[in-house]
Amino acid sequence: MGEEVKVFRTWSSPFALRVVWALDLKGIKYETIYEDLSNKSPLLLQYNPIHKKVPVLLHNSKPIAESLVILEYIEDTWKHRPLLPQDPHQRANARFWIKFGEDKVFPAVRDSLLKQGKEQEEAHEAALESFKLLEEELKGKKLFGGEEIGMVDIALGWLANLVSVLEEVLVLKFIDEHKFPLLSAWMRLFADIPVIKQSWPPRDKLVTKYIAIREARLATN
Amino acid sequence: MAEENRVTLHGFWASPYSKRVELALKLKGIPYEYVEEDLRNKSQLLLKYNPVHKKVPVLVHNGKPIAESLVVLEYIDETWKNAPKLLPEDPHTRSQVRFWASFLQQQLFESVLKVLKTEGETQEKALKQVSEKLNLLEEGLKSFYSDGNPCIDIEHVGLHDLVLVSFFGGYKVYEELLGIKLLDPEKTPLIYSRLTALADLPLVKETLPPPEKVVALLR
Repeated sequence: MGEEVKVFRTWSSPFALRVVWALDLKGIKYETIYEDLSNKSPLLLQYNPIHKKVPVLLHNSKPIAESLVILEYIEDTWKHRPLLPQDPHQRANARFWIKFGEDKVFPAVRDSLLKQGKEQEEAHEAALESFKLLEEELKGKKLFGGEEIGMVDIALGWLANLVSVLEEVLVLKFIDEHKFPLLSAWMRLFADIPVIKQSWPPRDKLVTKYIAIREARLATN
Repeated sequence: MAEENRVTLHGFWASPYSKRVELALKLKGIPYEYVEEDLRNKSQLLLKYNPVHKKVPVLVHNGKPIAESLVVLEYIDETWKNAPKLLPEDPHTRSQVRFWASFLQQQLFESVLKVLKTEGETQEKALKQVSEKLNLLEEGLKSFYSDGNPCIDIEHVGLHDLVLVSFFGGYKVYEELLGIKLLDPEKTPLIYSRLTALADLPLVKETLPPPEKVVALLR
């Protein structure tokens, strides 16, 4: 019996994609279970009782939830093709930027989608400020991980997929080629890596999804 | 101290984020210099070492800065490998420690802050949230410690313990000062026993700030 690895995901969850990318980059075989979040499976609720969300990784019957926790678990368990540097200070730097992505970049972009008027403007501004810092961090590097994809690239990779979708949905510019040349180049490079490219959810479905999310949110206001 | 291996911590006395790093350094017996930052008048060094957030805590080791308390704790654990190990060796248990540290940080603390800062109906609502989250944590800790609740001593303190005690170590005083109930030993016996054991460690007692001063600062 080989190691049993299962991934609980949805077709579009950007958080679940992180787990898929890490496993695919390390060449780990796994079974995929697609969840319908309006009708969550008993297994999902059993494996992630706290948050009841995807992604969940199941390894040898033990579940792990929270995408960033899962990434660290994958890195701890399968030590080939490392996603973090060896040096403790560089590792700390990588974890810093992963946290930055989660605490600053993602909420600003999310709120740009979910809010309107002044609140949306502020969220958009905050997003642009956060991109400036990412642009700085990319100086002298092709990828956040250096020459190869690392955990920071994986954690921020949702940008490469969703920024253009949200720009279309919101008719709002996030990452202008001229203002953020390095970040734009990173998004293109990242998106073109075969393991990443093959994983992108269908763009038209994503556009439909995010239009619906925004409309539903605005309707409740 | 030689420049190499020199450790400096930029912190703020009332910040639980800062305190948990101090606790880690003390528990591992790592000599360090402490710089108390005035958050209304941040030092040039702090702004240089944490230009992105301009916040404490920042740990400087061998002249290189590390920011974000949980990132700093992992760095400390990877660099000074003596006891207590903040993260266990086993990958699955490591993931559980990280999961609970993250849960405490993101979900629980926000609600507790609200309780400490507000009154009346807002405070009641926040208290209810705290109670719900604590129940979730209690359930989770039950399965985490299903092999039995390991005793707390200075050799066995985990990352999640540091997050818990830095946020909640002063809970009893908060309860007395504000006339509220934050922690019920009957509803959440595991959390209660773990927290009180941690808060009772002499090293923890001497490091955490006086809770009444923290409340005074917040209100």
